[in-house]
Amino acid sequence: MHGLINRSFQNYMTDNYGKDAWLRVAAKANVSPPEFEAMLTYDDSVTPAVLDAMGGVLGRPRGEIMEDIGAYLVSHPNTEAVRRLLRFGGVNFEDFLHSLDDLPDRAQMAVSDLHLPSIELHGHADGNFSLICDSPLAGFGHLMMGVLRVMADDYGVLALLELEEVADGTEIVRIQMVAADYADGRVFDLGARAS
Amino acid sequence: MSAATSPEVLDVLCPMHLVLDSEGIITHAGPTAQKLRPEMDLVGLPFMEAFTVMRPRGITTLAQLWAARHLKLHLEMSGTPPARLKGVLAPDGQGDAIVNLSFGISILDGVRDYALTNADFAATDLAIEMLYLVEAKSAAMEASRKLNLRLQGAKNAAEEQAYTDTLTGLKNRRALDHLLEQLLAADAAFAVMHIDLDYFKAVNDTLGHAAGDHVLQVVATAMIEETRGTDTVARVGGDEFTVILPQVNDIDVLERVGRRIIERIEVPIPFNDALCEISASIGTVWIQSSKSATRETVMEDADIALYASKNEGRARQTMYTPELRESANATTPPKGRSDRSS
Repeated sequence: MHGLINRSFQNYMTDNYGKDAWLRVAAKANVSPPEFEAMLTYDDSVTPAVLDAMGGVLGRPRGEIMEDIGAYLVSHPNTEAVRRLLRFGGVNFEDFLHSLDDLPDRAQMAVSDLHLPSIELHGHADGNFSLICDSPLAGFGHLMMGVLRVMADDYGVLALLELEEVADGTEIVRIQMVAADYADGRVFDLGARAS
Repeated sequence: MSAATSPEVLDVLCPMHLVLDSEGIITHAGPTAQKLRPEMDLVGLPFMEAFTVMRPRGITTLAQLWAARHLKLHLEMSGTPPARLKGVLAPDGQGDAIVNLSFGISILDGVRDYALTNADFAATDLAIEMLYLVEAKSAAMEASRKLNLRLQGAKNAAEEQAYTDTLTGLKNRRALDHLLEQLLAADAAFAVMHIDLDYFKAVNDTLGHAAGDHVLQVVATAMIEETRGTDTVARVGGDEFTVILPQVNDIDVLERVGRRIIERIEVPIPFNDALCEISASIGTVWIQSSKSATRETVMEDADIALYASKNEGRARQTMYTPELRESANATTPPKGRSDRSS
């Protein structure tokens, strides 16, 4: 798994629960030194071990943690870059949803060895969508649900989200857009410069 | 005007366009073009007043502008903030002309200066993808840069802590200092041989540094072979070596080891078609009780003995005695190595 992914899990722990909590996770998952480099690649077995250790340290189920991580990725000031890059995908929430199919390609355009799990959006009648998340990493659908919850707010949209787990490990996020212009949403300044 | 070029269609396809009449007066401005100058009503202004053509050079009249149709124009818009734009003029065949504008490479400044949004660009415009890429690549680049800095720092730290001379694989001065301190602290009896190669500079000067490096490596191997497993051989300078011999009970041992080292080093070393012939001078201190000695005095004593070997005609070993120090003080004191001819 790419270091960027592992590093974001590390940052989630550090930013929300403090450095000591992360060090406990790292020790439990045998991450030594207890630090992920964002631009290096790690063995695929490391990531699930870290997530399991996080479940142990926080005493919370995997799905709940993954959703929290998803929300963290697009709302915490330290990860503003992620939110911005996602906002480039669409002018409004629906446009944004449709851009998610391109997400793995977009990510690779920026960092060529970053492979994101593939996601597929299907549109249904009356503002209903399903996002099919097919990932070797269990809980990825939960993570996307956390992302979508915050991004809906970001676009000022009221949406209901629900997760459905299919037998073969595929996770489907059911999205029901209730009101497209529910609130003002957050400003997206195209020309903002990264600090 | 045909439907294909109606302002409504053009506003969608190229929101940064202007329509000029045959007099060169702007009759319509696309929404994004107008957004660049909210204070200034572009419609009704002569194009040549609203814009200066920077390139192709020398275009100042309408006729010249018309003649430059289909060419890439580099334009500067009047008013502030300064806007350098690219543009192309195409006559519509009925006396009017359309000028389409773009930010070109200044797109980053453009979106910031005019607070443009996705909606200000045509849906097919690659500007948003370009902004996305710039931002994503900058973030990735920054992460890589930080990684490089950390790795560089780690490399420097590792080098600083290293105990090995990279050319010869011998110990380095750091390792030597460390070992000397240990022996002195333990009040041990030991000997220090300070070895300086003779005629090495000539090898370097005549055969080049590759030959010099080869000689140093051969010499290093020879020294390891001619000393005991418990001895430590370090390269402490360009062609300077130090051997530390712990547990020396007899001065004869030192004499023998020194003689063997010199004999081995005097064996000509083949390099390509040449033979490198060098020798070595040695200054040795035998410390039987290190109570009053410090690392500095030990090395200074070895240096004085080495200096005596050099003075005596090189290719020999001299044992340090306090008398040597006195006679050295009486004549020329040993200065830095640079003063010594090798």
